[in-house]
Amino acid sequence: MGDPLRFRDDAAHAEPAVTLDAFVANQSNATAVRLEPGDDARALIPALDRLGLVEIAFPSFRDGRGYSAARILREAGYAGELRAAGDVLVDQMPFMRRCGFDSFAPDAPVDAETLKRSLDRYDYHYQSAADAAVPVWKLRHG
Amino acid sequence: MYKYDQYDQAIVDARVDEFRDQVQRRLAGEITEDQFKPLRLMNGLYLQLHAYMLRVAIPYGTLDGRQMRMLGHIARKYDRGYGHFTTRQNLQYNWIKLNETPDILADLATVEMHAIQTSGNCIRNISSDQFAGAAADEVADPRPWAELIRQWSTFHPEFSYLPRKFKFAVIASDEDRAAMRLHDIGIQLIERDGVLGAKVFVGGGMGRTPMIGPEIKDFVTADDLMSYLEACLRVYNRYGRRDNMYKARIKILVHEIGADEYRRQVEEEFAQVKLLGIDPPAAELARITAMFADPAYDTATADAVDRANANFGVWLDQNVKEHKQPGYAIVNISLKPVGGIPGDASADQIDVMADLATQYSFDELRVTHAQNIVLPHVRKADLYAVWQKLVDAELASANLDLISDIIACPGLDYCSLANARSIPVAQKIATRFASPERQRDLGELKLKISGCINACGHHHAGHIGILGVDKKGVENYQLLLGGSGAEDVSLGKITGPGFSEDGVVDAIERVTDKYVAVREEGERFLDTYRRVGMEAFKEAIYG
Amino acid sequence: MKLLTGNDLPTGDVLWWTGAGWSRHVAEAADVGDDGAPIAAAEEAARRVNGAYVIDATGTANGPRPAHIKDRVRALGPTVRPDLTLKPDDASAIAQVI
Repeated sequence: MGDPLRFRDDAAHAEPAVTLDAFVANQSNATAVRLEPGDDARALIPALDRLGLVEIAFPSFRDGRGYSAARILREAGYAGELRAAGDVLVDQMPFMRRCGFDSFAPDAPVDAETLKRSLDRYDYHYQSAADAAVPVWKLRHG
Repeated sequence: MYKYDQYDQAIVDARVDEFRDQVQRRLAGEITEDQFKPLRLMNGLYLQLHAYMLRVAIPYGTLDGRQMRMLGHIARKYDRGYGHFTTRQNLQYNWIKLNETPDILADLATVEMHAIQTSGNCIRNISSDQFAGAAADEVADPRPWAELIRQWSTFHPEFSYLPRKFKFAVIASDEDRAAMRLHDIGIQLIERDGVLGAKVFVGGGMGRTPMIGPEIKDFVTADDLMSYLEACLRVYNRYGRRDNMYKARIKILVHEIGADEYRRQVEEEFAQVKLLGIDPPAAELARITAMFADPAYDTATADAVDRANANFGVWLDQNVKEHKQPGYAIVNISLKPVGGIPGDASADQIDVMADLATQYSFDELRVTHAQNIVLPHVRKADLYAVWQKLVDAELASANLDLISDIIACPGLDYCSLANARSIPVAQKIATRFASPERQRDLGELKLKISGCINACGHHHAGHIGILGVDKKGVENYQLLLGGSGAEDVSLGKITGPGFSEDGVVDAIERVTDKYVAVREEGERFLDTYRRVGMEAFKEAIYG
Repeated sequence: MKLLTGNDLPTGDVLWWTGAGWSRHVAEAADVGDDGAPIAAAEEAARRVNGAYVIDATGTANGPRPAHIKDRVRALGPTVRPDLTLKPDDASAIAQVI
């Protein structure tokens, strides 16, 4: 049984993540980047196919900027691992999955049972997001 | 009105299950209060001065008799026999227990109700015109658009941890009956070249720094609405301030970067988002709109009203408004009896209003942002019978829009955020001006009281506004004049030094005496104030 | 004097630390002096109270009187609904709060 906090089939990315400043400034060969809440995710768009991991920091679970950063990356076609790290609680994870996150590195331990229950709870969603869920309006009208 | 299908019901039921799980985990100590607080707020559950307070959502202020009866049932079963209607068209219960809240939500779910996103840093209840569907001046019923927005905003995964709360209002007439310009996003439906679309205003709000929302988009159609709003919210989520909770609303962002720059950023984002295909098809708005079709009006019913009873005539003139359909009228039920608690209704009164709706108003009621209730479609032939039942239930105060029709937040009697009590001030003012003749002579005079700077009582938008403050541990009241939440929107100005509770009542009387002394034919208080200016009133107040 | 107050987690009832436990009546509240924070931390961890904090009060013949009107309202109930307060039959209770 795999890591309950990782929702990908490929191997975990081994390279350490560099900051966005470092990535952009050094034209680096890094394949993993870490975004802070104030970073502009669109700065990564020219390099998306080089990246295997983007880690988005949540210093406080109340700061929701990372949700937009994640969707922006998925909308731009990023297909690598998108990880939410930091003050990430199980109750935010369903929203984060919908925004395109496919792995989690929470500061505090997460109960796998509670997480599974949370993720399986809603069969329907009203709006499109970065996940594969078909929004209710589409179920209604095809 | 909107009726749930299997999807709506499944979503609300899942939410009940989710909150039950979260409460159980909180009670068991698996999550801390700090972690739990945003979760309970997103279910409208506050911890207030005396107990938990639950804010039930009434989407765009519309509900039916069955739902109203459930609100009465919950008041009896779980609370202390009454509820409070709010300035965002919702209902609050003041004496709720955390361990009973999941059951309350389960009861609400059986009648297509919930408390989803009535608090928290997310998109709140979408408010609208309380006369929607009955008013002759609307270009279309605004509520189908409000319903589209409600669904789009419910559990929106990207916008549930915004810098701060986010409030929408949707209207469809030039007359603004919903204070639309004082919302984070205000939407006015308009017609252009035969096409229905909307103007979008962003960055209005009251609170600590009141602002009138500038127009950001002059015309957006339903086809683009969701993408456009997504862009508006995404810019806010990314760039709204998070360093200071008193500067975190979108109005601060729009003000700081300027409306033109905000518009530019939104258009840039909209161009990206539009490509994603997130907008529902026209068939979805059509599906919703069909549920808001006109009721089966009796086209043969008389357009005349028998005014034989004098008191009935007074109520008729003050509280009953013209309906677009001949033979029908819009009934306003005042929840502001002189000396009563503004916006409160007992469970018995709630039941009476539910029954009146079912019997006389095609089973529909509205909650207004002025904390009153509307029966939107009443046959003129039935008005007398309705009035008699209202009299019996002490719901027949003929004071709509008069000085005793006061908007007041719960204030320090209930709210842990408050600095001063607001309800006793409202009671004293109403009592001072109790004379019905005097009130009618003063005419339209919208008086609004907030017990703290958060402005839940909308004091900035009052013709006369009162702000309760804490002055070295003693309650003190600032007086404001000249605000309006209607289409002639303006923000009230402080008159000068504040007053004691009795002092502010006296000050208001000096203000109204001055109005009577200098008014010209046909002028409301607000018109006279705008004509003669603050200085004349300041002199009257302070001497 | 210093009082420690909070809410009952499951019911939301206002609670006052008596020195030995929690009471719903401010008249039974004890002076916690400088010990409020550690007591609060221990009681919250045990979930015997939620959101505890310290307030100022003066001693009177009728028991502690919170210094700030907000805390006095909290100790009694809404001044506009005597019937919903902790002392519905005491005609003078509200006047004492204000």
